[in-house]
Amino acid sequence: MSFFARFAQNRGALIGLIILLLIIVMAILAPLLFPESPWRMVQRPFLPPLSQEGFLLGTDTMGRNVAAGLMHGAWVSLLIGLVSTSVALLIGVPLGAIAGYYGGLVDDFLMRFTEFFQTIPNFALAIVLVAIMQPSITSIVLAIALVSWPPVARLVRAEFMSLRHREYVEAARLVGQTNSTIILRQILPNTLSPIIVLASLMVATAILLESALSFLGLGDPNVMSWGYMIGAARTVIRQAWWLSFFPGVAILLTVLALNLVGEGLDDALNPKLSRER
Amino acid sequence: MVYARLILMRLLKAVIVLLLIVIFNFFLIQMAPGDPAAILAGEAGAADQEFINQLRERFGLDQPMYVQLWRYVSGIVMLDFGYSYRLGVPVFDLIMDRLPATLLLTGTAFVLSLVLGIVAGSMAAARVKKPSGSLIMALALVFYATPLFWVALMSVLVFSVYLGWLPAYGLYTVGAGYTGFALVLDIAQHLILPATTLALFFMAIYTRMTRTSMLDAAQQDFVKTARAKGLKPSVIQRRHILRNALLPIITLAGLQAGQMVGGAILTETVFAWPGIGRLMFEALQQRDYNLLLGIFFFSAALVIVFNIFTDLVYRLADPRIKGAS
Repeated sequence: MSFFARFAQNRGALIGLIILLLIIVMAILAPLLFPESPWRMVQRPFLPPLSQEGFLLGTDTMGRNVAAGLMHGAWVSLLIGLVSTSVALLIGVPLGAIAGYYGGLVDDFLMRFTEFFQTIPNFALAIVLVAIMQPSITSIVLAIALVSWPPVARLVRAEFMSLRHREYVEAARLVGQTNSTIILRQILPNTLSPIIVLASLMVATAILLESALSFLGLGDPNVMSWGYMIGAARTVIRQAWWLSFFPGVAILLTVLALNLVGEGLDDALNPKLSRER
Repeated sequence: MVYARLILMRLLKAVIVLLLIVIFNFFLIQMAPGDPAAILAGEAGAADQEFINQLRERFGLDQPMYVQLWRYVSGIVMLDFGYSYRLGVPVFDLIMDRLPATLLLTGTAFVLSLVLGIVAGSMAAARVKKPSGSLIMALALVFYATPLFWVALMSVLVFSVYLGWLPAYGLYTVGAGYTGFALVLDIAQHLILPATTLALFFMAIYTRMTRTSMLDAAQQDFVKTARAKGLKPSVIQRRHILRNALLPIITLAGLQAGQMVGGAILTETVFAWPGIGRLMFEALQQRDYNLLLGIFFFSAALVIVFNIFTDLVYRLADPRIKGAS
């Protein structure tokens, strides 16, 4: 069975993929449909949804178009989710690979280091990091990456430990391949599928983290994000439910879609392991 | 005594971790924007250089880095977290003042999520291939994917704004002057929304975990034996499968403690719950870095204590694990 056929067998994963594609389309179309900055005040404030042509989702406390904010926010969420996950992989994969491949003291030290990061409450750490570095896309990405790499390191380490004494690795060693070649060319390619599955779930968590940070007022002040929209509407929830309702649905759908896709990838990449449902 | 040595080892490890966090905190404070002396001077309403220098001397900010680090670390060992720049009150007092509310909220949410999660998860495991089982898992996935702060806001909207059933803000009704049992009842009413909101996310995790764990346990030989003996499926489900499936859940519960802190920050912010999470939000808004880092350290300490506690419970629950950490 082909990769996609196995993926598509999981109906939830297919739905997730469709939602995710729609959100990506939203992000791409944002600058075309709403070329103006989503921060611009375009109508009178507190316009309810469907009450005026061209303002499908109404306007916010400052008369900004909610639909425009929602579409521009899609771009920010996806970007931060993807970039911070990549940075987390760049930290976690090498650490895990070295710990698992060499073992011994190196492993002990690296694992204590990983445990240290796992003990610290991760959202509190992210808040502190962003607050000290000052909110910006860069600081948010760094903070999210710094709190989310430990599971990657642990996963990669476990994979390396189980693979490092396989015959093909011994053979590579015998023909004189260097450690770095064995790590990068022999073992790493065989650990990719669990890493990909974990990464897809990490993007979802990163999007949740970003939205929570910007909800607390730690978003980049120059970009419109879903979390910021909800945070700004928090105090007017009694007057204007739609301001926090729609961005929340957007976050929920994106995170849900990524989780479903992650499960589908797991089924498709590890066909033997996937459980009966 | 194996336990005594074990606890001692865990405590030693905890002390090392906390010490590292303190050092980490110290360097973060150094990186924080703004000169603390200038901020303090500004608060006092005077900003001339003379006064700033005086303050710098008084707080030891003119000393070399390692002296300052030593002072900071030894201060924290004596439970001296310094002063909140904005409020002028010792950070430790502020945290202690807010801690009971947080413990009440997270404790309630923890028990609630664990009980509901285990019930829902075992129901899902017993109905693996039925639509009702899939429905439970779908709901768990939705709760898992929903941002906590949004659930909090929406529950305020529904249960307090539209239906008017429950109070939306605070720990108790201000100015009502309740005492005794009436006060307990009042606090309980205020607790329902925040605790349920916070519990939903964790309930989703425990539901998924319980189901997986029970399906794994159901494959074991002793379950086949029990079935061959002719025991009722419901008895096997409860006494044989669930009991064995609970162990990994205890471990997981310990690991979730850190997440619980993050959830508390968001929930307390929305519900104006006067705990350390809300305090953290206030510190954030006022850019009160010393207070912020004090709370950060404190929350890490709480998580570590909770981890040691679950570790001990795990060992008590599973006598097969002895000593080896």
